[in-house]
Amino acid sequence: MLLGRTAYGLYWMFRYIERAENSARLVDAGLRMSLTRSHLNGDLWDGVLQTSGVGDVYEQHYGKSSAEAIDFLMRDKANPSSVLSCIDTARHNARMVRTALTRETWEAVNECWLDLKTLLAKRLKPADLPEAIDAVKRKTGLIRGAFHGSMLRNDIFNFSRIGTFIERADNTARILDVKYYVLLPAVTQVGTSVDNVQWESILRSVSAHRAYGWVYEGEYKAANIADFLILNGRMPRSLAYCYEQIVNNLEHLQRDYGDRHAAHETAERTMKSLQDHSIKDVMDQGLHEYIEDFIGQNNQLSQEISQGYRFV
Amino acid sequence: MRRTALRQDMCSGSWRRFAGPKREHIRTPDEVDRSTANEGMAPLAFDEMMTADNEPRLPYKTYNSWFESQDRSRLIAKSKEAENIFRKTGITFAVYGHADSSEKLIPFDLIPRIIAASEWRRLAQGIEQRVIALNAFLDDIYHKQEIIKAGRLPRELIERNDAFLPQMVGMRPPGGVYTHIVGTDIVRTGEDQFYVLEDNARTPSGVSYMLENRETMMQMFPDLFHENRVQPVENYPYLLRQSLASLAPPGCQGKPRIAVLTPGIFNSAYYEHAFLADQMGVELVEGSDLRVIDGRVKMRTTRGWTQIDVLYRRVDDDFLDPLTFKPESVLGVPGIMDVYRAGNITIANAPGTGICDDKAIYSYMPEIVEFYTGRKALLENVPTWRCSEPDSLKYVMENLADLVIKEVHGSGGYGMLVGPTATRKERALFAEKLKARPGNYIAQPTLSLSTVPILVNKGIAPRHVDLRPYVLVSDKVQIIPGGLTRVALKAGSLVVNSSQGGGTKDTWVLED
Repeated sequence: MLLGRTAYGLYWMFRYIERAENSARLVDAGLRMSLTRSHLNGDLWDGVLQTSGVGDVYEQHYGKSSAEAIDFLMRDKANPSSVLSCIDTARHNARMVRTALTRETWEAVNECWLDLKTLLAKRLKPADLPEAIDAVKRKTGLIRGAFHGSMLRNDIFNFSRIGTFIERADNTARILDVKYYVLLPAVTQVGTSVDNVQWESILRSVSAHRAYGWVYEGEYKAANIADFLILNGRMPRSLAYCYEQIVNNLEHLQRDYGDRHAAHETAERTMKSLQDHSIKDVMDQGLHEYIEDFIGQNNQLSQEISQGYRFV
Repeated sequence: MRRTALRQDMCSGSWRRFAGPKREHIRTPDEVDRSTANEGMAPLAFDEMMTADNEPRLPYKTYNSWFESQDRSRLIAKSKEAENIFRKTGITFAVYGHADSSEKLIPFDLIPRIIAASEWRRLAQGIEQRVIALNAFLDDIYHKQEIIKAGRLPRELIERNDAFLPQMVGMRPPGGVYTHIVGTDIVRTGEDQFYVLEDNARTPSGVSYMLENRETMMQMFPDLFHENRVQPVENYPYLLRQSLASLAPPGCQGKPRIAVLTPGIFNSAYYEHAFLADQMGVELVEGSDLRVIDGRVKMRTTRGWTQIDVLYRRVDDDFLDPLTFKPESVLGVPGIMDVYRAGNITIANAPGTGICDDKAIYSYMPEIVEFYTGRKALLENVPTWRCSEPDSLKYVMENLADLVIKEVHGSGGYGMLVGPTATRKERALFAEKLKARPGNYIAQPTLSLSTVPILVNKGIAPRHVDLRPYVLVSDKVQIIPGGLTRVALKAGSLVVNSSQGGGTKDTWVLED
């Protein structure tokens, strides 16, 4: 048992850490794509902004030109999902729930915040970007390591993990969506080399480029990639994997507390549908529609967890 | 084209409660940066480490030979290392009115302040006597008021005092303890001269620095702790927890559940609140986590509402219960005072203890101690002129340039005049205020505080210090050997405030 506010703080702390890492990965993917498809640049960053779910906020501040996109995604305070904002919020939450964290975990978060605050204090030069992105991945990785190596496997752990996987599922879904929704230039290009470059970049942005090669023997096919990121239970960023983890952690809470909430039903239903469907079912429904449904359900689950466990 | 659903953010809805800038930024005594009574220049001060012949005083002998064997540049490097430890650990205090970038570190000096066992025994006896007297005084003024009837204390000093809570009249806290945690600020002016500078009976802070300073010293210089036998302080959280648990309210069945109540993450002492809750293994709660349900104080948990029996509160009286005190406060718990009166929760320290921190009350402490303990006070007060008394006022007016004049209810160094360093014009302006409301002021001489060396680039240099020992009161009085030493880092300065460049030192009390 822990304070509702503490569970709330932990849940969002881990959502923001996950989001920081994913924002950095998205910029990374954008950079790679811009190197190979320079004439697409404008659309490309617009697509990345949409993926990150901050297209509207960006437009309010900078209008149509996507020249500020990288800065906006990495360090703009006006963007609540920028790497810097995420780390700021995560660290703020970590202070709030300090008593629930081991010293190692707290110090990893605090150090991540101290280092990235310095690193992202000024606008980044293009030459410094890869290093900055790398630092974000490394520092968030250290938090994960400290957390896994030192935390008791109790409800504190469960709420943290649920936050991580709900955020990760949301991020993977968005990455997939951007492919069909913004980056696909024309139907005729599906299956062409242009398309392949973009798919590859998507895989890179979830660090799954090599893993994909092992599982599908290197052939880039829309259906395979969608299968990998949505339904493959072994891929740690796939929707199926995330939901298996969410259900698993919710079950622990159920056993500990001896009660079930609407969240349990929702999570189990989503997991089951991810296990039962084939990628053909998904494609028949339409990838974009499928993903939009998924993001909606994922948000609903978040609400239900918040209510069931008295976050506020 | 359809847009993907908007991203969820913590900022929507109740997240505002934490992220928004709109917390009540109250200045409470719960801040490490308070000012000492005496500011200005002091010529020849008593140095606690070296005698006038440049020989180490007895308690420092072992340390001094260790220090002389050390490579100076290594010590400077260690100094930086200590700062990094503090920064990494997040041992910071917030400065009000700024964003997170304004979290500050309190500078740490690595030369310990060392007190001999015999010196400490004397101090501890005096502190124990004083703390017992404070609790007896509180019980008396909220019940029979014998001290007033005996003519030892003017009635208006109690009844017209903002820190006196009429709501506490006739109310006896569980175990009869009013002030559970006390910080008695002490200054030294010579080999045998100690003075109490002020009593902090409401919510003394700084104990986390005492603990972290020791932790850091043991990490950096384990060898020192082999050579010197230093009395331990690290069991403080354990003692605090035991002490709080032993004063559970009559309505508590089974093991008492304890929580620390903090104003929240934006409070300057938030680090300490989290630290203490963490070290004691109890919940850290805010007012918004608590609610009065069925006559008990309960906290909102992931499994529903759970009862709290003992609340170590680090919010001021005024903010404790909006139904009883400030109606606009969101920091407290509506109805908690009713639960308290019904004997279903212990609040530590009890509401209304702040009257002991009042400077006019302070000036009566020698009488108060004698009245309740039947013995002369073992620890001296700094001589204090009450400007409400015509003779004193006359003396103060004639000697403004030599005195420190303070507001009776002031803290944090506000509204005071430091005679020796003030300009003629400042003194003249202050004299007007003094004449208009003499009862609002007291005056004290400028004391020459003792010094302890700090590490500087060229070696060591003496700096003025004070001391805040921590005392726990339950069915017994426990004094933690040592406490928090604050040190002025500027040469000659008597200001040890962290807000004005003051730092801290590890404080050792040696075994016999």
